[in-house]
Amino acid sequence: MPFYAIALLAAGTYVMRLVGPAMHSRVSIPPQIQRLASLATIAVLLALAATSTLLSGHAFAGWARPTGVLVGGVLAIRRVPFPVVVIAAALTTALLRLGGIS
Amino acid sequence: MDVRSLWRTLDRDTRRGIALVCVADAVVGVSFGAITIGGGLAVWVPVAMSLLVFAGGAQFAAIGVVLAGGSPLAGVATGLILNARHIPFGFAVGDVLGGPWWKRGLGAHVMIDESVAFTQRQTDQRRRRAAFWACGISLFVVWNAAVVAGSIVGSALGDTDALGLDAAFPAVLLALIMPAMSDAHTRLVGLAAAAIALLAAPVLPAGFPVLLAVASVALAARAPRTEIPPTQPLEKAR
Repeated sequence: MPFYAIALLAAGTYVMRLVGPAMHSRVSIPPQIQRLASLATIAVLLALAATSTLLSGHAFAGWARPTGVLVGGVLAIRRVPFPVVVIAAALTTALLRLGGIS
Repeated sequence: MDVRSLWRTLDRDTRRGIALVCVADAVVGVSFGAITIGGGLAVWVPVAMSLLVFAGGAQFAAIGVVLAGGSPLAGVATGLILNARHIPFGFAVGDVLGGPWWKRGLGAHVMIDESVAFTQRQTDQRRRRAAFWACGISLFVVWNAAVVAGSIVGSALGDTDALGLDAAFPAVLLALIMPAMSDAHTRLVGLAAAAIALLAAPVLPAGFPVLLAVASVALAARAPRTEIPPTQPLEKAR
């Protein structure tokens, strides 16, 4: 990851963060656009979750990681506190690998 | 900025909520540092990213693209799309970011899912300000310290896969998205996005499948527009 990429991401993010505070007293975003923006966020996050769960590069990641994520997902649905979700997912995956399932 | 007086302005539940989120994000920060180092990148990379970008989802996404062999620019594009939600966030909490320019500038940098979520739960203007700054500053400190710790641990451990750390990030994402998934329409868009990304992954370079998945939002154009309250920050806080 070269520094210019980090700088680009940081600068772009910062500009987007500044837009609201700088303009909120003058402009307001139409609710429909706000709604599309929140849907786009969900779409990106879920696409990212799916690919980072199931794939390593272009190939299937093996069973240990998806199983761990599944355990975390079930706990998340049951509204278990956030730290527990993360640790349970990692622990499940680690134990499966310890047992020889990659 | 007197952090102690900010804390005193807040009620007990909010303070507890912010503390819990700090613990959760510390775990995630450690895994970010360790995964990045475990993937073979230099220690300054996760540390600089966390200080300058300060947005966990985008950091994981950009690093994920690069570690999967994608180009750094594809990583940047994925991260920027994820971070576009800060535009509506900024309008939602713009009222608490008054004062001199340097204060507004600092406040914008600590505008993240969590600080916006905690701010939106308060109605009183003074408490909104206190919630935003207390959560933003605490998380900035905790997140960056955790990433440094993770980078050090990561260099010592070597194989982060044995610890299952590669499962931590997707689990974080699921936990983040879950509250929004109670809406049937959002679920449809989300599932379509996941399907698009998975179908595209074998043929497109890393990073692009996730960008392509934004097309699933087109499904929203056909559906009745009611259910979702606008600018609902994704909530980590429980």
